[in-house]
Amino acid sequence: MIKTDILIIGAGPTGLFTVFEAGLLKLKCHLIDALPKPGGQCSEIYPKKPIYDIPAYPEILAGDLTKKLLEQSKQFEPGFTLGERAETIEKQGNGSFIVTTNKGTKHQAPVVAIAGGLGSFEPRKPVLKNISNFEDKGVAYMIKDPEVYRNKRVVIAGGGDSALDWSIFLSDVASEVTLIHRRNEFRGALDSVEKVQDLKNKGKINLITPAEVTALFGHNKLESIEVTKTGGIPQRIDTDAFIPLFGLSPKLGPIANWGLEIEKNAIKVNNALDYQTNIPGIFAIGDVNTYPGKLKLILCGFHEATLMCQAAYKIINPGKRLVLKYTTVSGVDGFDGSRKEAPKSVVKSID
Amino acid sequence: MSSDINIKITDRLGVTHTIEAPTDMALNLMEVVRMYELAPEGTIGVCGGMAMCASCQCYVQSTHELPEKSDDEEAMLSEAFHVKSNSRLGCQIQMIPEMEGLEVELAPEA
Ligand SMILES: Cc1cc2nc3c(=O)[nH]c(=O)nc-3n(C[C@H](O)[C@H](O)[C@H](O)COP(=O)(O)OP(=O)(O)OC[C@H]3O[C@@H](n4cnc5c(N)ncnc54)[C@H](O)[C@@H]3O)c2cc1C
Ligand code: FES
Repeated sequence: MIKTDILIIGAGPTGLFTVFEAGLLKLKCHLIDALPKPGGQCSEIYPKKPIYDIPAYPEILAGDLTKKLLEQSKQFEPGFTLGERAETIEKQGNGSFIVTTNKGTKHQAPVVAIAGGLGSFEPRKPVLKNISNFEDKGVAYMIKDPEVYRNKRVVIAGGGDSALDWSIFLSDVASEVTLIHRRNEFRGALDSVEKVQDLKNKGKINLITPAEVTALFGHNKLESIEVTKTGGIPQRIDTDAFIPLFGLSPKLGPIANWGLEIEKNAIKVNNALDYQTNIPGIFAIGDVNTYPGKLKLILCGFHEATLMCQAAYKIINPGKRLVLKYTTVSGVDGFDGSRKEAPKSVVKSID
Repeated sequence: MSSDINIKITDRLGVTHTIEAPTDMALNLMEVVRMYELAPEGTIGVCGGMAMCASCQCYVQSTHELPEKSDDEEAMLSEAFHVKSNSRLGCQIQMIPEMEGLEVELAPEA
């Protein structure tokens, strides 16, 4: 059982900034995300695109914003459960909650902050009739740990950045990489496309286009796939792994059944106060919540996270008073023993 | 208003809505669908209109001459599901006076 003060569901910008604000109040956080990496929409949908409305950043790439948020909260040592979806929530007698993921990992906390954005990112699965039989037995829709493919034969399908980037990466790890796409054209960063071309020329990536994977075979695990070139005859390829990368789409999913008031696919909260939901102790912040005048913007999520942490503090430390402290004045004390503080000005006479 | 055009949008439940879309707000079809809430929040416009998610895919039923597909739109449609010969991405169709009378049906949620 993982225990923490604030359990955050969703490691997008809102969830990541919550770690910092909570840390200032000496509250520990643990984050759960269905994605294998933090950043939410910023890392899944548009990591290489600029954002222009983050206060004080005239321009910042979404991927860099994620990096900076992680760096900012690092000294508060957040825990992460990545690549798992929060599935169920149970209220305990002592008022705390236990949240269990689809992989069975259990987390306990007195406060739960849902920062789930548009929902948990779920892979778009190709339509192949027995594909679900091979899930986790050769078929994977995202790559959590590339090492599991060391010296294995891998088939990747897809035509976007992740298909290109993983083909490049795995060409050094796997014994054999085959990339299959419905068209001859790929869409990705120019250097990725060129790199794949280069690896293909060197025989390190086996490229099959325009083609589609049309069947999967195997007994207890995936053993081979059938690929059909447009207008051609099906061909079999022996493989240890098949990784279709057709992007992920967000689904509110199990949270919709947690007894929370839902409106327009979002969780209703009290915006006059602290973004608490209809269940005391459960908050919803960032894109996942709704209230009159709600705007789904990163800066709004930051504000909501900050106010939510004040309310969480009162739940976790009943009866204790809290005064606002400026980081400039009181510095930042990390849970790792680090301390950041403003340099003292010197007091010295001038002759 | 004179700058409005009339378009017909059939939602994912099969209901056809006739709506007025402004042409002076640089809106695209996906944004019009969201403005009139013809599809639940979060099920359309996921990528914000960058031709990167296909949540705004629609089937064009009228014979309007639409702008050619960009490489991005072409690439996205080649990876989307439920694609037909008249599929387009709503976020790539701008609301301009030439679109008067446009008729589209939203593709199923993928
Ligand atoms: C193309 C594009 C451009 C944008 N441009 C801007 C811009 O210029 N300025 C701006 O302010 N905003 C912009 N946005 C919006 C901005 O990205 C969002 O407001 C922001 O990402 C919301 O952050 P969040 O942390 O609330 O949610 P998200 O970033 O959506 O993160 C939520 C996370 O929660 C996870 N999750 C949800 N449910 C579960 C569950 N049950 N179990 C496990 N994990 C779960 C999801 O997997 C996801 O990773 C843009 C969005 C897009 C798509
Ligand atoms: S809104 Fe994402 S492709 Fe149109």
